[in-house]
Amino acid sequence: ENTKIRVKPDHSGVVTDGVKHSMNPFCEIAVEEAVKLKEKKLIKEVVAVSCGPTQVTETIRTALAMGCDRGIHVEVSGKDYEAMGPLQISKIFAALAKKEEASLIILGKQAIDDDCNQTGQMTAALLDWPQGTFASEVTIDGEKVKVVREIDGGLETIKISMPAVLTADLRLNTPRYATLPNIMKAKKKKIANMKPADLGVDMVSRVEVLRVDEPPTRLAGVKVETVDDLVAKLRANGTI
Amino acid sequence: MLNHLLYVLSFSSIPVVKAATVSGSDMANPLRREVRQLYKNLLFLGREYPKGADYFRERLKSAFMKNKDVTDPKEIKKLVDRGEFVIKELEALYYLRKYRAMKKRYYEDEMSAVLNIGRPVD
Repeated sequence: ENTKIRVKPDHSGVVTDGVKHSMNPFCEIAVEEAVKLKEKKLIKEVVAVSCGPTQVTETIRTALAMGCDRGIHVEVSGKDYEAMGPLQISKIFAALAKKEEASLIILGKQAIDDDCNQTGQMTAALLDWPQGTFASEVTIDGEKVKVVREIDGGLETIKISMPAVLTADLRLNTPRYATLPNIMKAKKKKIANMKPADLGVDMVSRVEVLRVDEPPTRLAGVKVETVDDLVAKLRANGTI
Repeated sequence: MLNHLLYVLSFSSIPVVKAATVSGSDMANPLRREVRQLYKNLLFLGREYPKGADYFRERLKSAFMKNKDVTDPKEIKKLVDRGEFVIKELEALYYLRKYRAMKKRYYEDEMSAVLNIGRPVD
């Protein structure tokens, strides 16, 4: 939260070299929910998945430290990684869900770097699974899941069958901190490594980023001493 | 909240159990391990401290060194508990910081609507 984000000089994107990366806050909430469900013995196993270059294994380790059983690192780097977006990730998730015979896919509602809010929905569509998005409460009831969703103007409660995709919203839970002892213990857990091609997924993007710009800077406010000064200034810049 | 945490760290008597106990007492060893682990855990947490990891490390070290001569196991246990408390406080601090940042970034307009106050002007 403290790093100043800078746009690359060629306006092709944002500078990511040397910027500390960590688990997407909404995904932390998703991991927490999955681990909680396992602790309640409602699900058998939690697998943490991340797509990206080598560094993402650190994020998977954090998930393992929070209580996931094992990890899968889908290796994507270079140009493929730069072009990677929700569509490619959902294809990977869909392929993995089938391979692993998952009954639930839980992820953050959106990533805070691109704010797409698409991966969960696309994954559900590709699998033809029901989706409980913007979840602020999840209850498993037999083969069904009751999801309370945060929507404009209030909350919506739905009941969907499993297998299903859920996306986590801010108020779903309070993620536990990955403490040092847990990180140490998690080192014993396995992280499998694979490439998108192993899952039969093509990473070609249908989206081309044309340009990235910083938001316009807010002009500094000008302080005035009296109402007359204010009127004079407004007249001077043509407002009145 | 930050001042409170620093107070607990600086003035709480978190002990460092003496390394050499020629008397052969076994009481010191498990406690020593516990104290060491506590120090490591706090140091790990301190990486994200708002005033910087170095600032945190300095104060953590002095807090521990201040009571390196405590030998009573009951005292030591009490102080280790206090250290665990500081761990919980730090975790809460970090969570709140992140939660508030997310809420501010994504839900500010909602709050404005609920509280019926003017929306932020861009």
